[in-house]
Amino acid sequence: MTYVLTSDEKPLTGFGALRAAVSSLDPRMRIVMTVIYAITVVALDDLRVLSGALILSMWLLAISGLPFQKTLKRMAMMDGFIIFTLILLPFTMPGTPMFSVFGFDATWEGLWRATEIALTANAVILAVMTLVGSMEPVTMGHALFALKTPERLVHLMMFTIRYIDVLREEYMRLRTSMKLRGFRPGTNWHTYRSYGYLVGMMLVRAIERSERILAAMKCRGFSGRIVLLEEFRLTRSDVVFVSAMLLALSALIWAEVAYALA
Amino acid sequence: MPLLELSDIHFAYPGLDPVLESASMQMQPGERLSIVGPNGAGKSTLLKIIMGLLVPDTGTVHAFGKPRAEEADFHEVRRRIGFVFQDADDQLFCPTVAEDVAFGPLNLGKSKDEALAIVDQVLSRLSLMHLRDRITHKLSGGEKRLVTLATVLAMEPEVLILDEPTNALDPDNYSRLIEILNGLDQAILLVSHAPDFRAEIAPEGYRLEHRKLVRI
Repeated sequence: MTYVLTSDEKPLTGFGALRAAVSSLDPRMRIVMTVIYAITVVALDDLRVLSGALILSMWLLAISGLPFQKTLKRMAMMDGFIIFTLILLPFTMPGTPMFSVFGFDATWEGLWRATEIALTANAVILAVMTLVGSMEPVTMGHALFALKTPERLVHLMMFTIRYIDVLREEYMRLRTSMKLRGFRPGTNWHTYRSYGYLVGMMLVRAIERSERILAAMKCRGFSGRIVLLEEFRLTRSDVVFVSAMLLALSALIWAEVAYALA
Repeated sequence: MPLLELSDIHFAYPGLDPVLESASMQMQPGERLSIVGPNGAGKSTLLKIIMGLLVPDTGTVHAFGKPRAEEADFHEVRRRIGFVFQDADDQLFCPTVAEDVAFGPLNLGKSKDEALAIVDQVLSRLSLMHLRDRITHKLSGGEKRLVTLATVLAMEPEVLILDEPTNALDPDNYSRLIEILNGLDQAILLVSHAPDFRAEIAPEGYRLEHRKLVRI
């Protein structure tokens, strides 16, 4: 989580002149469209249509103005999680043998299924990164609130956004002070105990801080509800974007049905 | 009629030695007082008692002409006294500066538009408009301090309580703070270890020693 929120990586937006189409669109619409898009793509299973979906995601990336390389690198990071499934799938699916390794047969069916999963996952994650990942976390919180997400969850998220950095700094300070007194982590009880103290101290400080924050909120008349300020408006470009996306998705579904019937 | 009056306050944290024993003080309208005393003498405890965040074992708190004992009594007190916390990170909990400044007015029942108008008015009065849409945790220490002051002034309090406001301030922001505070007409209760700062803002006041408040 922290790496998403550290300052240099933090928002995917803010590339000056490159700030383009997507970041000016209504965040609520972007979240809803991402959900619709993800559900549609997951439901597709023809490889040609899925390739089409991936191309559509690439188009989203192109108009979003996000840095190409960096975003694709992040997508590859997600692939790291599913790579083993993809490698093992040909060996575990029954079907026509392709080749065998140590007596285990790899099947064509398995290979197609693995490709299908890889295409689906990458198309969806790319769309999520361009449509939702390009938002400031704060904006996302507001948009979720506007979409009637339970208030408590939104506030939990907002508090996390606000304080994760403070906790991280506290952690870094403690780590530095340990280092300055000659602490070198190793595989021994002293290390485990010291880390235990570190985590314990962070918990204690977090609790104390939460109490001070509550006190500060009470002093400003807090009575159990936080009102969020931001208001969103659908503009013409939102409508255009939604129409284009829906059209593209209909085309994908139509192609899927056509191939299935053929 | 004094704005604030503490009489004969006793306070001890559970299981520890008493922090305050028959401590009394008074504050008149428009008066600027500072409280001095060594670390751990109970200054912050005293401020929390004034705000109703801690309940004294014995003794009474009078504020704005009424005795205040229950949590409900202190709702009005908290509206009329602005408390600036020692650590700005404790106070700025909203993601953006504008939201944080609007938090107090919204709690007072103002509408969104009114709250936003107050935000703009307070921030421009303190020449902080450039920070309006910044993310609070990315502000510098000095900026955070000035913004906490704005969040409190947005509630138009009659008294300001400042707990170590010069912590983490560079000379520029330090003189900005003095300038801002001297331009305010509120009564001020200041806790500060910095003698220069006290001399500028509130030269008179109380010393907290041996668990009592002594006028200096």
